[in-house]
Order: sequence, then C-alpha cells, then structure tokens
Amino acid sequence: MSLHDVVITGIGLVSSLGEGPDAHWAKLSEPNPTPVLETERFAPYTVHPLPEIDWNLQIAKRGDQRQMETWQRLGTYTAGLALDDAGIKGDEALCASMDMVVAAGGGERDVSVDNSILAASTGRTDFDVLLNEKLTTDLRPTLFLAQLSNLLAGNISIVHKVTGSSRTFMGEEGAGVAAVETAAARIRSGQSTHMLVGGAFQTEHPDMLLGYELAGYLHRGQWKPVWQRHASEGGGVVSGSGGAFLVLESREHAERRGRRAYATLGPVHSARARRARGELDAGIAGLLEAADLPEGDLLAVSGASGAHNATAAEKALLDANPFIAARGFSSLTGHLKEAQFPFAVALAALAVANKAPYPVFDAENEKPFEKSPQQVLATAIGYHQFEGMALVGGA
Amino acid sequence: MASFKDHLGRPVVAVTGIGVVTSLGKGKQENWAALTSGKSGIHPISRFPVDHLNTRISGMVDFLPSSSKGASALTYELAETAAVEAIEESGLSLDDFGGPLFLASPPVELDWHDRLALYKGGDNEDASERLLEVARSLNASDMFDSSQFGFIADRLADRFGATGLPITLSTACASGATAIQLGVEAIRRGECDRALAIGADGSATAEALIRFSLLSALSTSNDAPEKASKPFSKDRDGFVLAEGSAALVLESLEAALARGATVLGILRGCGEKADDFHRTRSKPDASPAIAAVKAALADAGLAEDEIDYINAHGTSTPENDKMEHLSLSTVFGDRIGRIPVSSNKSMIGHTLSAAGAIEAAFSLMTMCEGVIPPTINYDNPDPAIALDVVPNVKRDASVRTVLSNSFGFGGQNTCLVMAREPT
Repeated sequence: MSLHDVVITGIGLVSSLGEGPDAHWAKLSEPNPTPVLETERFAPYTVHPLPEIDWNLQIAKRGDQRQMETWQRLGTYTAGLALDDAGIKGDEALCASMDMVVAAGGGERDVSVDNSILAASTGRTDFDVLLNEKLTTDLRPTLFLAQLSNLLAGNISIVHKVTGSSRTFMGEEGAGVAAVETAAARIRSGQSTHMLVGGAFQTEHPDMLLGYELAGYLHRGQWKPVWQRHASEGGGVVSGSGGAFLVLESREHAERRGRRAYATLGPVHSARARRARGELDAGIAGLLEAADLPEGDLLAVSGASGAHNATAAEKALLDANPFIAARGFSSLTGHLKEAQFPFAVALAALAVANKAPYPVFDAENEKPFEKSPQQVLATAIGYHQFEGMALVGGA
Repeated sequence: MASFKDHLGRPVVAVTGIGVVTSLGKGKQENWAALTSGKSGIHPISRFPVDHLNTRISGMVDFLPSSSKGASALTYELAETAAVEAIEESGLSLDDFGGPLFLASPPVELDWHDRLALYKGGDNEDASERLLEVARSLNASDMFDSSQFGFIADRLADRFGATGLPITLSTACASGATAIQLGVEAIRRGECDRALAIGADGSATAEALIRFSLLSALSTSNDAPEKASKPFSKDRDGFVLAEGSAALVLESLEAALARGATVLGILRGCGEKADDFHRTRSKPDASPAIAAVKAALADAGLAEDEIDYINAHGTSTPENDKMEHLSLSTVFGDRIGRIPVSSNKSMIGHTLSAAGAIEAAFSLMTMCEGVIPPTINYDNPDPAIALDVVPNVKRDASVRTVLSNSFGFGGQNTCLVMAREPT
C-alpha cells in the first residue's frame, strides 16, 4: 500500500439495465440476468436502449439541458452520478481542483437536415452548392456545440463545476483505455490528487450505427450473447447506450477526507497491436503477461464487443488460462464504445467491493466462479483497434 | 553543466525536432521566412464553391496532394509531413521513433461526399436506413477508417514506429498545446525518454466554415483576405478558419544530450484551467485564463518578470482578444506594456486543433532566431487593449523565455512556457 495508490471512490453508471452502481450490481449479480433489447426501431439491428432518465436529477438547469443532445446529457448525467457517489458533487473546492479526462466520440448530427439534403440532391449536379444553401439556412447554431467532442467535458465543467483541468481523448475503446490509464498515472505520480474519468455513448442514432456498419461490424438477426455471434449474420457487435464515469483518488486524498473506496486500480496496460499483420493474439497475450495476474482463480470482466475477430482472439486467450473465468458484460449492456473500458473497470470494482462474483452471463461459454474475488481483471479489446487491461483489487 | 532535473525534481524536457506546415508553406524555413516578413497566408477559398457563404476566405493548406481529398486524408498528410521534418531534425529514426504519440486533431465525421455516395448507392425511401444498407454491402474500408476517431493516430503510429497506444485528443482550440503537455507529462513521469507531439487540422470543410459562421465567430472581410485577421485591432471582426500542423520531438534533456542531439529549446512548464462559465464565452473576469497562465509559470518555476515574450492566442475575435488582454494585464501588471505580445494568427489564421502546436513551434523558433514575428494588420489599434503587439514588422530581440496561450470553446485554457536554454 502506498499513499499514491489509485483508489476508486465514485462510480456513475447508466445502461439499459438502469442507473447507478447499486442498480447495476443488483441486476448483474442475480442468476440469469436478462438483457433489455430494442429490436424494432433500428431493425435489422438490435440495440440496448437508454433507460428512462430524469435529466433534472443531475442537470438542474433546463437551459443547460437544451444546449446538449442526448450524448452530452448522458455523459454529464453519468459524471454527476459518479461525483455524487464520491461525495464530491457540490463541493466547490474539490470540484475546482479536480482534473478530468473524458473519452469521447462525437455528438449527434441533425438527421432531418442531413436527410433533407440527401433528398434534395436527386437531380442536382451542383451538390456542393446545395450543401451551402441548405446548411446555411437549416443548421441550428447550437447543434455544432452539441456535436463537438470536447463539449461533453465542457458541459461537465459548466454543470458540475469540475474545472481543475479538462482533457478529451478520442478514438473508440482506446480512448477509454488511455483516459483511465492517464488519469491513474497522474495520480500515481503525484500530478493529481483526484480525477473524474469516463465516457458515454448514445447509440440510438443512425450515424452511430453507421460508424460500425461502414465496415460491417454490426450483428444482425436474433440477439445472442457476445460470445455466440460468430456464426450469425453481420459482424457481431450489438451496441448499447450508456455511460461510465469513475472518481479516482490517491489513497492519501481519499483517506484524508474520510471516504471509503470501492477498490484499488492497479496499473493500466494498453497496446496497439498491428492487427493487419496478425499481431492481435500476441498483443492480448502480452497484456495478460504485463498485467501480472495473481495466482489462482481470477474473475475477468471482459469488454469483448462481439466483433468476430477481436472477440474470438480474446476468448481463445482467456479460455487458454484455466484459472480465468470471464464475464462478457456486453451481452447485457451492449457495446458502449468509448465508455467500454471505464464500464469494465467499474463492474470489476463492484465485484471486489461486494466480495462476490458475477454469475455466468452465458452458461454455454462462461465458467462458474464461486469465490469472493480479491482481484478482478477488466479488459477492453477494441472491436477494430487498440487494447487495454487493468487489475482491480481490494481497497 | 545543465541540470537534468527541474525545480520540482522532474526530468527537464527538451525539444530536439520541429516541423511545421501552414498556409504560408511547407516546412520551417518557408514558414519562418514568410512569418518574419509579415506575409499573410489568408486567401480566397477555392476548394469548394462559396455560394451562399458569408465568409469566403480562409487559411487552408491547398498545396498538398491530399488537399482536395477530405478532412481525414488531409489531416493525416499534414501530421505526417510535420512529423517527418521534426523527426529528421532530431536525428531519430523515421520508422522506429521509439516513444509514444500524442495527436491533437479535429473530431472527424463522415465526409459529405461519402454520405452522398452511400445515398446514391441504394433506393430505400428512408435515407438513414438506405445509408446503413449500402454501407454493409459496400464494406468500404477507406470510408470506415475516415470515420474512426483513432484512425489517423493509428496510421501515424504505424508510419513512425511510435510505441504503445497512441492518444488522439481534442481540447478544441487548445488541442495542440494539450498534445505537447501530455508528452511533457509522460516524460516527467518517467514513462518514456521521448514523445512525439503533433497538432494537425485539415478540417476546413464547407460545413465547418458554416458552423463557425453561424456562431458569428468568423471574419467576413472577404474583399481583402490578407487583411482579415487583425488581432488586437479595434475593427477586428472574427477569426479566419485555417489549416496546418506542427510536430515537436520532445525528449528528456538527459537522453537528448546523451545521444548528442541538438537542443532547440526547453518545454519548461504547462498550465491549464477549465472555465465553467459558458460553452463559447469566457468568464468575464478572465479568471480561468489567469489561472492557466499562473499555473504554467508556477510549473515552469518562473516569476512574472522572467517572461521575455508572449505568443498570444490572439484570434482576432472581439471577445478573445479583450479577455486575453485582461488576463495578461492581470498577471503581469504594469509590466505587460513592455512585454512584446504578438499573434501568429494575424498571418496564418486560426488553425484550430493545430494552433497550440504551431504556435509553440514558432515560439521556439523565435528564441532560436532572436526574431519576434509581428502582429500584422495592426492599423487601427484597439485603445482598450494596450499591448506592445510588435505591430506589422518583425523585431530583433534576444528572447530567453516565451509564454504561449491557447484558449478554446468548452472552457479549455492551456498555456505553455518555453525557454531557450536549460538552467
């Protein structure tokens, strides 16, 4: 134990399963948890939709809510849950000195404007002129801000007054891995005492599905658990709306303000396997080795996306270790993109804090695990690129 | 003999390679020659039609092979071009850089022409469904790549042999400075001996221009493009959208000297402070900008009277320049009137995600060359902003230290302090 150990003192979670760490623990720790699915609205794709959320609970001003679209609201809301959970929300001094790293994609485009431009393009040869004509008249000025990646962090500063520093990392799962890694490294080195880190993903928008489907990554047809999609139509990813934010603190900082931590976050290991050159297997193996796994049985909270290649590679390596029992939480939440790794770390911390494992989410593919987990491995192997892992241990 | 540790016991971070591309040209030499002769790179837009647009000028980079190939391709080429120059200057390997990559680049969206191509490829009456149907049958990997936020950094990491997971970041107009800050911090933590920090922005599309225009952020001085960007002038009417890139090779001073590298300057300090006031406007009392400047000075271990020159954010918007003046006059007091403060944006426009990196590169060159680039178009001074803006003509000066400011939408404020020599 060291004063600069990184401890997790706040967790904010939203997914189709509900909101908050307690609701997620309750849903996920009961036997045979079932997913919440939306199969109609984006057919042939299934998504895990947002639960009903009363935005007012974390974003008090209607004016602030109006300045955001759902993605930014979701992230700001989830960040608020984490701050609340850590007992930091509303503490002016702690928020003003808190550093923040947000993993972000982009916000929602205006579908009706975009589609009206496409509709008008038929029969016109001057598309670029049409674009100017329509965009100058139809775009809402504030929508630009709702689309900007760094404006999720900007809104968190405005709504929750987190203003120590604000950085936004972009780039799918890798952004979430790097955000947690950088935040933890800052605390460990004494560059920061307390940090807010996380991300959100709002998949219920055609462009958010298109982002996967341009390379054929989405699963089609009947829903299946994340490990069972390789023989189905499509690319294996079922996406979900949700978010995960963590409050990370140095042990010293948390103890000084009398906060009980959920768990300790060990070193975060990240990599960029050159997958086109067949390096993914070795890359994942390298991360498992770097993670310095403890002896004996180990629970792993896997962020596997369902994407055929990446998921098969991760499964093969986890299965090859007889001590590891993996839980693919995307079966129940859907793939949360930038929020995937923070979500995995949060679920790992909940198992450690509750001294209980998760039941199997997929009895055909996941081994039982009965012990009280001392440490839990969190993984995020990107559906297309970038990989990360971390061990979460007792507080 | 120089100390390898700074005032807080952290490794001193040196710059051993610099690369730049702006509308003024490709490479340090072309840029420096233009910058010090007060030349503007702002010109009429030719990349796309300007019908219906209020602003018809920009500082786009129109001379690269990818200039007409969309934001993703151009941003990559800008980043790569600057990185090649920087790594070559550092003497390190071009394909085995051996350190992490921090890339500041614009958030990407599917290019309109790709969206249109998808639309034309199907016949479903619901346009959104049509795009998805066509996308899955097309499996267009180029289109997919250009829509992935991590793609450019992934490709750069491959190209240069950067280690680990590359970080792509956005802190709006402060992004370039944040990329440098992340590199500095990684070296200070001892995670690496060297890092590649790049800011690149080739995203001046019609839609980007229109979005900023709808926020009333852009100059509409279309008739005299080279006169449009006029920071600190009374008649300033907005920034000029521009493109560009810069790359810095950062190394611990110890590692740089051990391999016999030439040290071009020292990254002494970084400071930041987020603003919680408004999405596009700064707190009226400028307290976050003031805090960022002070944090950078404290991190550098320098007092207010030890800054020789300030490379301003100086966007030429009514609000920024006023706020920046307020923050500087608050931090530096009466002395601010005697510190030269100039804005490169008067010549290159606002390169957004790249600006912080480009302006850090120019700050380092200012110290190396002993020449301060001017603020051009300073014909009608704003009496409320009493600064020595190095008006219109470069100035020879021995500059030992520079403060470079970057302030952005979303309350992003990042300041860098650089020094000519190690201490």
